[in-house]
Amino acid sequence: MNALVEMFSYSFMIRALVVGVLISVVSALVGVSLVFRRNSMIGDGLSHTAFGAFAVATALGFAPLWFALPVVVLVSFLVLKLSKNRKIGGDAAIALLSASSLAVGTLAISVVKGVNIDLNSYLFGSILSVGWSDVWLSLVLAVIVIILYILAYHRIFAITFDEEFARSVGVKTGVYDMIFSAICSIVVVLGMRLLGALLISSLIIFPALIAMNFAKSFKKVVFLSAVISVITFTLGLIASYLLATPTGATVVLVNLLALCAVKLIRLMTSHMI
Amino acid sequence: MRSDYLISAEKLTLAYGENKVIISADFEIKPGDFVCVVGANGSGKSTLIKAILGFIKPKSGKIRYATGFSKTEIGYLPQESKIDPNFPATVYEIVLSGTLGQLGLKPFYRPENRTRALEALKSLHIEKLKSKSFGDLSGGQKQKVLLSRALSATSRLLILDEPSNNLDHASRREFYEILKNLNRSGLTIIMITHDLDADDLIGDKILALENGKVSSFSTVDFLRSFK
Repeated sequence: MNALVEMFSYSFMIRALVVGVLISVVSALVGVSLVFRRNSMIGDGLSHTAFGAFAVATALGFAPLWFALPVVVLVSFLVLKLSKNRKIGGDAAIALLSASSLAVGTLAISVVKGVNIDLNSYLFGSILSVGWSDVWLSLVLAVIVIILYILAYHRIFAITFDEEFARSVGVKTGVYDMIFSAICSIVVVLGMRLLGALLISSLIIFPALIAMNFAKSFKKVVFLSAVISVITFTLGLIASYLLATPTGATVVLVNLLALCAVKLIRLMTSHMI
Repeated sequence: MRSDYLISAEKLTLAYGENKVIISADFEIKPGDFVCVVGANGSGKSTLIKAILGFIKPKSGKIRYATGFSKTEIGYLPQESKIDPNFPATVYEIVLSGTLGQLGLKPFYRPENRTRALEALKSLHIEKLKSKSFGDLSGGQKQKVLLSRALSATSRLLILDEPSNNLDHASRREFYEILKNLNRSGLTIIMITHDLDADDLIGDKILALENGKVSSFSTVDFLRSFK
């Protein structure tokens, strides 16, 4: 208990917790649709793009967050456009942009001399890098996304279940795809500083995968996914402090443990019936 | 001028890039018709349906809709393979989504949407499945749920893309009986069928496609007279 009190006496831990919880909620909301539409890898691809953008911004002396945000959003639109190209396809489009972005980022870091760039904090995250601007930005983003999600919930459900049918009744699926891509990009850019480029996509995927084992209606999956995301992030953050382990990796492992435990329990109960 | 068609194609050519899939097709579908669209794989059946739904723009030619009829009034039943069979949704959530076209820009369903969804469930006698999870249903039940969703979207035109693909013989017969009854009650139906078995040609007209061209558009009785 004392350790927990001590942990939250540090303002950087409070900032990490607030940003992490807000990002967890938003990423879980977006994640449910991405997972069911077999688009989970977009988070991974965009995180590599964010890495490239952060590296280029730092090397050129720009503010990394404000440079990376528009770049990643634009790239996510490009992925959407390429994924609709019958000759390329979604997975190839993501792989193409993700590898290219990593290459650009690595080159930017190696070419520019005299700039001290902590590659590890970009790749694996650092709770020390989360500032008050991230807290406010995350708060604004979370409020906007939650309101948009509630207003668009029925259409999001229709698109996620059956995109063709949704189009047939007049839902602008292309517009919703763009909004989802933009939100996903913002989640990745904001969350990447906390969890790292290589680990941020886990926040999008794991909660949805865990939640779908419990709930039989879409509404419940969405709600449960957000709750699970917040709980696993908070547990991961606390564990990383107590065990002195990297936050991003610990959060991912807590999610993995939760998923394994859920699968095991389901396996055991199905054999008992 | 009064139109007596619901859907009319005039010199309709559809293409993906330079690859023409439907070439200069002419046909008219009248209110109350039950049209089976037949043809081999790659003959352009699904592409034609997508154009009627407004997903694909014609490369040349036109698709006309009857005055006062909107594309979003079409009740569509896509191929079942495009839907995750274990998707976590209740039957009611799915059928209610059929009324989205009637919402306009409003974000939430209204009582009339809920009434319509319940009526669609009742019309297929599956109202007891309302709270069941889609993943827990049999293949035949799933198809009825998707048909219910399409019915909650329309009272004029139903388009079905190979609806009997994953159904066993008994479920298929039952499903076809439902379609015949819906057609008798005045609903226009366009159904793609891959199987040319006589049992599947349940409509009153057959639109046959061959290499992207309409090879024949005639009544089932006319075709049977050649057998």
